[in-house]
Amino acid sequence: MESDVKQEIRVFLAKYFKDYDLRDDEDIFAAGFVNSLFAMQIVLFIEQQMGISIANDELQLDNFRTINAMNNLIMGKKAPTA
Amino acid sequence: MNLKRIGVIGAGVMGVGVAQALVQTGHDVVLVDIRDDILDQAKGQIYQNIRLSRLFNRPQENDKSPEQLIAQICFTTDYQQLHDVDFVVENSTEKWAIKKEIYPQLDAICPPDTVFAANTSCISITRIGSVTHRPDKIVGMHFMNPVPMKPTVEVIRGYHTSEASLATAHQFLAGMNKDGIVVNDSPGFVSNRVLMLTINEAAFLLHEGVSNAKDVDDIFKKCFGHKMGPLETADLIGLDTILYSIEVLYESFADSKYRPCPLLQKMVDAGLYGRKSGTGFYTY
Repeated sequence: MESDVKQEIRVFLAKYFKDYDLRDDEDIFAAGFVNSLFAMQIVLFIEQQMGISIANDELQLDNFRTINAMNNLIMGKKAPTA
Repeated sequence: MNLKRIGVIGAGVMGVGVAQALVQTGHDVVLVDIRDDILDQAKGQIYQNIRLSRLFNRPQENDKSPEQLIAQICFTTDYQQLHDVDFVVENSTEKWAIKKEIYPQLDAICPPDTVFAANTSCISITRIGSVTHRPDKIVGMHFMNPVPMKPTVEVIRGYHTSEASLATAHQFLAGMNKDGIVVNDSPGFVSNRVLMLTINEAAFLLHEGVSNAKDVDDIFKKCFGHKMGPLETADLIGLDTILYSIEVLYESFADSKYRPCPLLQKMVDAGLYGRKSGTGFYTY
């Protein structure tokens, strides 16, 4: 399931990162491709596509900096609570 | 002058941006539009934008929540709610037929010393002043999109605009943490006169097969160090808006140098508006 989430994120990002092989641990903000509008689109994509809602205190760039970070955020929310 | 309670007319893209920037800088807002469904949509958008803006500005301990900030906006279709506003920013559609109906209402309802700022990229500030009894208190404010992120505004002095009103406009912008650059009233002011001609000429380069969109934009970005090229800027603004703006310049100056590029006209006819329709000079 984890790889499915990562794959969905990759497909979404690929639309913006044309002809670029983005690694799972690569900082998309440092790579210089991302502007502020795009960062907002990432958040909306995750909320809509994954059907989760991101709390105000989770709206930190670090949670969206890499494919791995986004995956961790999503998986943490999808995990069944005890 | 205390500029705390601000009237914002029009809840489209610009009005929403202005309202958001105002509540985030400690103002109360009366946001007026003609339809409740537009206001409902605006409310959702402002909430979402405030929430997402926290990605870039870490909230401090005393900062208000998005819910608290939204509560500072009165969403209404009733112009009478503007009876006690300290300043007005009008962001209605860029059509004279619409604006000429709005200003007499504002003039009748708002306090007599309230300054009105017309957020426009092309309509004459002097002409707007002529449909009010306070032409000295009408200024132009050409905000850039997205409003909360753009630090500088093109401020326009109409023929009758007083120095006192310009001082109030500067005070108002300072309260939004923005600067203003004042220019005189003229079609397209400075920004659009230069930008629209540049975009139109870039479209001609494609039309004539001199270059392609990416290379045109890359020359601006990589040679001149601009953040965006003219054609991606056009896609962001919307090609229908670009065409409309260049047509206004063409008619206003009666000068053939502003003739719209046929390619631009064809793209608009084909529904290729840029980002908002998914295709323009680029595909999104």
